[in-house]
Amino acid sequence: MASENSSCENNTAIPVMAPDKEKVNIKIRLSDEKISMINEICARFDNDPGELINVLHQTQDTFGYLPAEVQELIAHNLRVSAAHVYGVVTFYSYFSMLPKGDYPISICMGTACYVRGAEKVLDEFKKELNIKVGETTEDGRFSINCLRCVGACGLAPVVMVGEKVFGRVSPDKVRDILDEYK
Amino acid sequence: MENIELTIDGKILRVKEGTTILKAAAEAGIDIPTLCHFRLHDMDIENKPGGCRICVVEVEGRRNLAPACITECTPGMVINTHNTRVLNARKTVLKLIVSDHPFDCLVCAKSGECELQHLAQKFGIRDIPYQGEKSTYRKDTSPSIIRDVDKCIMCRRCEMMCNEVQTVGALSAVNRGFMSVVAPAFEMDLVHSPCTYCGQCVSVCPTGALTEVDNTNEILRVLSDKSKTVIVQTAPAVRAALGEAFGLPPGTLVTGKMVAALRRLGFKYVFDTDFAADLTIMEEGTELLCRLKRHLNGDKTVKLPILTSCCPGWVNFFEHNFPDMLDVPSTAKSPQQMFGAVAKTYFAEKIGVNRKDIVVVSVMPCLAKKYECQRDEFKVNGNPDVDFSMSTRELAHFIQQSNIDFMDLPSEGFDNPLGESTGAGVIFGTTGGVIEAACRTAYEIYTGKPLERLEFTELRGLEGIRSATVDFDGLKLNIGIAHGLGNARKLLNEVREGKSTYHAIEIMACPGGCIGGGGQPYHHGQSDILKKRARAIYTEDERKTLRKSHENPQIVRIYDEFLGEPGSPKAHELLHTHYFDKSEEVSILD
Repeated sequence: MASENSSCENNTAIPVMAPDKEKVNIKIRLSDEKISMINEICARFDNDPGELINVLHQTQDTFGYLPAEVQELIAHNLRVSAAHVYGVVTFYSYFSMLPKGDYPISICMGTACYVRGAEKVLDEFKKELNIKVGETTEDGRFSINCLRCVGACGLAPVVMVGEKVFGRVSPDKVRDILDEYK
Repeated sequence: MENIELTIDGKILRVKEGTTILKAAAEAGIDIPTLCHFRLHDMDIENKPGGCRICVVEVEGRRNLAPACITECTPGMVINTHNTRVLNARKTVLKLIVSDHPFDCLVCAKSGECELQHLAQKFGIRDIPYQGEKSTYRKDTSPSIIRDVDKCIMCRRCEMMCNEVQTVGALSAVNRGFMSVVAPAFEMDLVHSPCTYCGQCVSVCPTGALTEVDNTNEILRVLSDKSKTVIVQTAPAVRAALGEAFGLPPGTLVTGKMVAALRRLGFKYVFDTDFAADLTIMEEGTELLCRLKRHLNGDKTVKLPILTSCCPGWVNFFEHNFPDMLDVPSTAKSPQQMFGAVAKTYFAEKIGVNRKDIVVVSVMPCLAKKYECQRDEFKVNGNPDVDFSMSTRELAHFIQQSNIDFMDLPSEGFDNPLGESTGAGVIFGTTGGVIEAACRTAYEIYTGKPLERLEFTELRGLEGIRSATVDFDGLKLNIGIAHGLGNARKLLNEVREGKSTYHAIEIMACPGGCIGGGGQPYHHGQSDILKKRARAIYTEDERKTLRKSHENPQIVRIYDEFLGEPGSPKAHELLHTHYFDKSEEVSILD
């Protein structure tokens, strides 16, 4: 036994040398266009893992949110784990894994707005739209988020819908604001 | 580095600049309690997020207390490590941690080994004044590891092991504040993550947040089923660590007592995985020589280096991370699976029992083995070659609950034929052992000459990556060794880039090899324990009369009677396997 003529010919499965680098990929269901846009954003930061937060910012600015597929692709490009990217995305409230509505509503919870009743305004939006903070209505039109100070404290409480600023908002004005977008 | 002078608890000492208070105190023999801090001294493994605040000390002139594990000493510091202010702070911190922890100690798998429980005991915590919401999270059970993050204290040791040491990247801290947990990406279960089940997270978890799947009850059930012939195999590293669970000093070999205990537990045949390790050497060594000869004959298609494939955590790792290189590792099954395949064919025939009535149990230092034995390719018509795999820790509990006085047991020998082994099989249990065993056999087969020097000391040690050139009578064989998956990744990247000059590489997923496996008695960060286990393994090897796998008479016999020769069609059918691209399984999305 264990002789020189041991039959390694039986092992038919010894194929070619140099592994094919192209085979190393991750499965994603993003369109080719989106993939190349994300790749471009990552390349803008030299695929540097230290630039993860900046990459996430630009990606969210481009797509509006950061779905899991996007996070996996970024993780792959920056050579960090998807768990790490997800950890960062879930740590910062600015990042969202849900698409925002066509009309994203931001209620300022800064000190000035808060003491002048921003929470009651927020409650009214939640009631009217029947969603929580961070969620989007089923028809995809509205989403609610909170932010800290837009620098218009004289107008407190302040609400933004998209880029438009509404000042001195009270709960009974919420209906009127929403009606503008219906 | 400048030396600086400081005072700790009235003792004046000099330490190197940059030394932490914790380390300086330790050097002066002063013990400061820690919880999140973790260090494996000789392996450059350290976790110090400075998060738990148990190690706070008073630094005179400083307003607040300083965490000793991350605060560096400065000249003239005067430190009190155990005054009233410090002790009160530690108690408050402990009470706050425990206030968001289940009071499950009586039924917790970690009870008795839990560092939080130990601290609560040590500091006499008798009431928790902070009543409020507790964070809750779903339990996640995989084939090997259970995550119960309600018991997690966010020390991040597992995260450090999984990411920095193993570079597996299955776990990360996610969410924020009260809601934060350590979880896989997108909070999926472990089975949908790149987890390799190496179990290093379990081996460093201070609480019961990460534990192994316990198979003791299933094993108890088959042992009381009269229609079953229950066989057990024990991995090499188990005998070098099991004694610790019974209060024996680390590094005590308990081979004979272990065999006696298994017999008293009701196993009909007590066999040795070392036998299968010898078999692995025959197959893997032959495959190495085969590839080598083809390479030397100018065959450009042959894959070199050959990588060992005994370690299931490592197999999972390359299936997830190097799917383009599935043809590089040896096709030889792991010893656990070779044993199962042989037990349910060769041995089943010998005793005239149908494979369905044979139950093969393995005792392993490993948690990935639990997953490995469930893999579909290791089943025949749904019947697994190895039915259950239990860890060293589970065996210790099993012996304890069965009312066996381990210390009083006589030393007994393994049964035959699958209990016969050589020293080469034993050293599989420590990093460098597999390749040393392979060299002992491959050298003699290749050169046709007897080996003058059995011990390849150049292949031994605990450095994460080692390399040596072994002279095969003129043929210089470049050997690489890596333990810890982060080190393995480095060598694998070299292979992928075509820069590797090795002919053969041994890889073990766990730091130290199997002696430091995820299923071993907890070492609580004492790397001395790993060194002593390794020494025990080499001692067992030295004590054996036969120390080369091909000289094992039962190995000679199984080839004569059953397998033919190494690499034969029969050997391929039973002893070899193939690997799968698992990179896509990680992606959860559809």
